[in-house]
Amino acid sequence: MGKISQKFQELGKKKEKALITFITAGDPDIATTEALIPVLEAAGADIIELGVPFSDPMADGPTIQMASERALAAGTTLPKILTMVKSVRRFSQIPIVLMGYYNPIFLYDVKKFVADAVAAGVDGVLLVDLPPEEAGDFKAEAESRGLDVVFLLTPTSDDGRIGKVARFGSGFVYYVSVTGVTGARKSVADSIFEKVAGIKKRIKLPVVVGFGISDPVQAGKVAASADGVVIGSALVKLFEAYRGDELKQRLADFVVALKAGISQGPA
Amino acid sequence: MKLPDKQGHFGQFGGRYVPETLMPALLELEEAYNHYRNDKEFKDEFAYYLRQYVGRPNPLYFAEKLTKRLGGARIYLKREDLNHTGAHKINNTIGQGLLAKRMGKRRVIAETGAGQHGVATATVAALFGMECEVFMGEEDIHRQSLNVFRMRLLGATVTPVIAGTATLKDAMNEAMRNWVTYVHTTFYVIGTTAGPHPYPVMVRDFQSVIGREVKAQHKKAEGRLPDYLVAAVGGGSNAMGLFYPFLNDKGVRMIGVEAAGYGIPTGKHAAPLCAGTVGVLHGNKTYLLQDRFGQISPAHSISAGLDYPGVGPEHAWLKDSGRAEYVSVTDEEALEGFKVLTQEEGILPALESSHAIAHVLRLAPTLAGDKSIVVCLSGRGDKDIQTVADAMGVKL
Repeated sequence: MGKISQKFQELGKKKEKALITFITAGDPDIATTEALIPVLEAAGADIIELGVPFSDPMADGPTIQMASERALAAGTTLPKILTMVKSVRRFSQIPIVLMGYYNPIFLYDVKKFVADAVAAGVDGVLLVDLPPEEAGDFKAEAESRGLDVVFLLTPTSDDGRIGKVARFGSGFVYYVSVTGVTGARKSVADSIFEKVAGIKKRIKLPVVVGFGISDPVQAGKVAASADGVVIGSALVKLFEAYRGDELKQRLADFVVALKAGISQGPA
Repeated sequence: MKLPDKQGHFGQFGGRYVPETLMPALLELEEAYNHYRNDKEFKDEFAYYLRQYVGRPNPLYFAEKLTKRLGGARIYLKREDLNHTGAHKINNTIGQGLLAKRMGKRRVIAETGAGQHGVATATVAALFGMECEVFMGEEDIHRQSLNVFRMRLLGATVTPVIAGTATLKDAMNEAMRNWVTYVHTTFYVIGTTAGPHPYPVMVRDFQSVIGREVKAQHKKAEGRLPDYLVAAVGGGSNAMGLFYPFLNDKGVRMIGVEAAGYGIPTGKHAAPLCAGTVGVLHGNKTYLLQDRFGQISPAHSISAGLDYPGVGPEHAWLKDSGRAEYVSVTDEEALEGFKVLTQEEGILPALESSHAIAHVLRLAPTLAGDKSIVVCLSGRGDKDIQTVADAMGVKL
């Protein structure tokens, strides 16, 4: 069993929900990312999602677009991200999922990437623009080496597509709570509870919910009906205003609050 | 083997690399398109608008003076510049507009570079009574202010895109984001033979009226098929429209002309087929301008319509299979093409089309007088007057 599945099992035993935190790797530089992973873990993150920056992030809103631009401007590349993950493994075993777009991985070479990612200690990969229909080669390679491949489901996904993800996905399923791009929103739609329940009937994997969740109250509300919550843009927003120790402190405080919100459940 | 396959692959190229939110919309679009492409009423209505509204068939004009000046092959111009709105783009937007109407979508969005596709989409939206939003890079908005004003007059909202390089590729990203968000009510009118399946096929089919007309017109003029087809390639829709009906006519050579910008060695160009590598962008696998880490490089061309770092997947396939050839011409050569056609024939070509003309200036003199070249004059040059004046150092 992979580290991601183990984590969900542990949490399940304690009747807890997963807090998955997303930050863009290399924003504002790769050393900062390495330093922040243990901060997020200590504050209560259960799984770390690292955005792999791409020049043309067509599913991302302005917050993560700008984070990608900052990371690329700092010279962040996929090889550097893998090296950093390897370095993190000296002091942390928290499950790490790389999230991004297919092109940087295609250029790296799929077979080589999967081998190098596993060797570095990456546990899962989520590629926003690689739906099950195009994921055949990648999935086969990942499966042979025990790398989880996480797929997205959305409000527009029907039963047929849920079935496809059930066959192809591993680790967990990421339910996108909004018909839209990434970015913090003021409220979460009630329709997600019904949809997540429907997905859980058809898929054995844990289902986490992300996109648009921006505060502890929303996180608590969402967590009640899912196996975990992903917080991305709301965390990444802090990188626009803060650096150094202040960034660390603000991130830690926010993650502590999110974890508390999730533990308390719906207000 | 029939191409593309069911998932839209031309060999390794094409496909559907999009966020999950869009997959159902693409499947719905594919189903609707497969139905209506064989529907008599739809085909009749499409033909009606092409005839009565666009003004087709447009002429295949024998450029006698240009032929004499170059002293080689006989040169024919396919006059897409005479279409309503001044370019070939309208062929496709009429088709997609009619499809959107039948699918019950009341809002259309589009990306645009030079503004021609934006104008063509805004035109169709006005004609069919739809809401229209066009995404355009801020850089291009400055270069093409005339077209921006035209779109606004037509009732469209023109939304500036400031992200990335603020050109066509970023406009396409933003249109995709908008489509992801408003997918239930919105039809995305892609302007070229790129993007996720079924767009490359659908746009090619709507544009292939160009090649079908050329086939009949050239037969009438010369009693046979042409020897060469030459067209500019940005995303590649006018070229695909011209080439497609000739794919099985092995004797017809096809040449796509990419924008070499300041010259391929400078790295500032828009020639992914001539100097790019394979990758995935905007929903399809194709040749791209990118670095070795898979980050997309900014394109450069004097022509905003060619200023795109990718190219339609069917062109990538035609290149690798050897069925078509791809060459490039620089900004400077394109300007020369612009001037020569204007002076010899009294026709101002769009800067996109000027690239095709520039290649003909090189090609025609090397061929015997009994050979023929058909060049797609994809648009008229009025929109580019300011750019040309700037390049010539003339203050208007």
